Amino acid sequence: MRYISNSDVDRRAMLDTVGLPSIEALFSDISEEVKSRCRPMGLPAKSEFEVARTLRELADANVVDPSGISLLGGGVYDHYIPSVGRSEFYTAYTPYQPEVSQGTLTAMFEFQTLICELTGMEVANASMYDGATAVAEAALLAERVLGRKQVVVSRGLFPHYRRVLDTYCWAARIAVKELPATQEGRTDLANVPDGASAVIVQTPNAFGTIEDLSQVKERLGEALLVVATHPIALGLLVPPGDSGADVVVGEGQPLGLSASFGGPLLGLFATRERYLRQIPGRIAGLTVDTDGNDGFTMAAQTREQHIRRERATSNICTNSALCALTATVYLATLGAEGLSELARINVAKAHYLADRLAALPGCELVFSGPFFNEFVLRVPHDPERVRQGLASRGILVDDPRWLRYLGIHDGLRFAVTEKRTKEQLDRVVEAVECAS
Amino acid sequence: MKTIFDFRTGDPSGGVFPPIDVPESTSAIPASLRRERPPRIPSLSEPDLVRHYTRLSKLNFGVDDGFYPLGSCTMKYNPKLNEDAARLAGFSDAHPLADASVVQGALAVMHHMATMLSEIAGLPGVTLQPAAGAHGELTGMFLARRYFEKRGDTGRSRILLPDSAHGTNPASAALAGFTVTEIPSDGSGMVDVNALASTLDDTVAAIMLTVPNTLGIFEERILEITARVREAGGLCYFDGANLNAFIGRARPGDMGADIFHFNLHKTLSTPHGGGGPGAGPVAVSERLAPYLPVPRVERGSEGYLLNWEAPDTIGAVHSFYGNFAVILKAYAYLLQLGDQGLLAVSENAVLNANYLQARLKESYRLPYDRLCKHEFVLSGKGLANGISALDVAKRLIDYGMHPPTIYFPLIVPEALMIEPTECESRATLDAFVDAMKRIAEEAKTAPEQLRGAPHRAPVRRLDQTRAARQPILRYPFDETP
Repeated sequence: MRYISNSDVDRRAMLDTVGLPSIEALFSDISEEVKSRCRPMGLPAKSEFEVARTLRELADANVVDPSGISLLGGGVYDHYIPSVGRSEFYTAYTPYQPEVSQGTLTAMFEFQTLICELTGMEVANASMYDGATAVAEAALLAERVLGRKQVVVSRGLFPHYRRVLDTYCWAARIAVKELPATQEGRTDLANVPDGASAVIVQTPNAFGTIEDLSQVKERLGEALLVVATHPIALGLLVPPGDSGADVVVGEGQPLGLSASFGGPLLGLFATRERYLRQIPGRIAGLTVDTDGNDGFTMAAQTREQHIRRERATSNICTNSALCALTATVYLATLGAEGLSELARINVAKAHYLADRLAALPGCELVFSGPFFNEFVLRVPHDPERVRQGLASRGILVDDPRWLRYLGIHDGLRFAVTEKRTKEQLDRVVEAVECAS
Repeated sequence: MKTIFDFRTGDPSGGVFPPIDVPESTSAIPASLRRERPPRIPSLSEPDLVRHYTRLSKLNFGVDDGFYPLGSCTMKYNPKLNEDAARLAGFSDAHPLADASVVQGALAVMHHMATMLSEIAGLPGVTLQPAAGAHGELTGMFLARRYFEKRGDTGRSRILLPDSAHGTNPASAALAGFTVTEIPSDGSGMVDVNALASTLDDTVAAIMLTVPNTLGIFEERILEITARVREAGGLCYFDGANLNAFIGRARPGDMGADIFHFNLHKTLSTPHGGGGPGAGPVAVSERLAPYLPVPRVERGSEGYLLNWEAPDTIGAVHSFYGNFAVILKAYAYLLQLGDQGLLAVSENAVLNANYLQARLKESYRLPYDRLCKHEFVLSGKGLANGISALDVAKRLIDYGMHPPTIYFPLIVPEALMIEPTECESRATLDAFVDAMKRIAEEAKTAPEQLRGAPHRAPVRRLDQTRAARQPILRYPFDETP
């Protein structure tokens, strides 16, 4: 086998050193009863060439048409990924030995700083699995801080985030209450229930609408304000930290990660310094070595599962370190101006398409609030039929099931990134007109 | 240590995106929603950027750099074919919300992978959703909670955890709302079955066993342990971090496991990425299958589909379907290995560990001197001049090797937990033995050399206490303009 370095001669000599007669003797501690039940998969070994061919055939069975038009969204977007060669970070483990992990740790520290800058928060961790688990962990943090067994969540949270939040809260015996949406597509904060540990809102939300967070925090009493957000939108929008958010979470995939059928993703998690001891996951910190020189190491580890055991803030160990590195390189490629320009392009293209679609007979925008690069269009016929009509012309939009979860039965959601050209958007308008 | 924030950036970005080709409305986003001060994100020129990260990559030690015997982490070689597979545009550009009809290749990979993992585990149900090992543990604990909830058996609040179990287990149990009862090991490093029997009652939800345990020892009475827990109405969870020890030779399902999680980034060769992403699929017995997360990949008359309908499901633990690209890499690895390859993996992993153990016990204390599986634990206690496991670890860096896991498991003082994996040659193992023996000798003759180690790393020994007491967790921008 290509990934094994020893020969039969080596193995024989090593068995002699160990003092065992055979390979089988290495497994004498597993009972015959157990071993005899083991069945092979019936899978023959294959050459690298054959496996490469099989994988290419499977990849080709996915229809990813470079001439097609993706308007898919819902947290994962088809953004342009600049070509910047990255050297090999990927075969290292968690930086438990900081002296030989300064590369990973420096990038973690850079990432944390960038996320603080984007979100307007004071401390960020080195990543979570994805946006959904970051939301769930934010709810658990709030429960630890306030000890209240209830969170309140906006209807505008992505339904696939909500499902994960519900699962985590069910296990932790935290009740989840929902706030409805207004005509604008914003969270209706008129009646926030008392006694919640957190109020969770998303901006831009699942309807695409940008929430106005400026007056929210004051209305919540003690409850923590948790904001789920989109990192590219933050190139343009008021950072949630400036609006009093206590925890900011989000999905980092737009920052230079490919869609990869939904994983790996990059959970963003940032909060206030006062909650440092409650943060889940790894954090890199600056320190000095014995010569007094700067260096990085893992910080505040007493929160973590390998030290605090069952009293840890979370069980997370492996996170999305390599994805965080990608996002860091991506942001350093763009810089603040590039990011703001990118956000502007997204806004312009999404609004161009929205304006043209809303002018079609029988079509209108479902919500009146401002939006970033995603919006919901009311269509005159069954949205699933319209979607299929678009698909036959190589135009992909989200499955309307995700809007049905939000109570919208006559709409389709469109996400428009910088990759879409005017010519493509005009084709979309034409196709929607035909399909409607 | 230079960061991107220390660069003097000249001409800002530009040139990445084309000019806007549609009319732009300035009123689209009201001024009140726009940020006033830009984030402090530097824009590095491409040469500066590439050199910065190339330099950083050289400050890292990965499996591609050398021997990496980090116990319980299975730092095996990561085949390059895996990376090629994940970069195929058909996979990397597939969107999770696309219609099933346009992602048949991805769904086929997931379906086939779930089938293979089910066979390796000897358990019928599989979810690919968990994004890491600890996430798999948590999912398993959620499944246990749902199982008892549906049976109306709500008094089961305790998880039994041997003191030789994996480090993430207690936190995973607690996060799922359980309390933890520790079970001591006996003198041979295995679960004390009498202690286990005495605590089994109708408040026990499950036992979380690490097989083999973190001492690298296989529980010889595994069938008795699982039978007793089952008789008491509890479930048996097997932590799969150490699957490399027996893959292809024994199956958790045949040993009484109800729940088993895989670490694809350990056993199935996907890279650790400096701490992630991984993947932690979970396999379960028939009685837990109804509670698995949704959606599930199924094969219908018109191809593969995602089924969201499962009335008793725990819901979901990931935004979409798990870390697909990681699953894909593991899939490439399994296809190459086949059954014969899996046998070769466990054979060589266990032989390499026993070989190192036999050679190192001359120079270091071996608290449990017996047949080991894929790893073993030495103790640094008793080294000359009070030299610690930490000193040994840091000195190994000077010899060009990554240190083993240290101070874990907690039941061995000054633990050095060594896992060579199947990939290493006898020559590499011998070089490690030489280094370890030299260090034991240096403990007698040059202890200051060890306490001052590392001497040949990019930085000297770092002050961890300072990082904990005076945390600096983001770049200290000069706040005065």
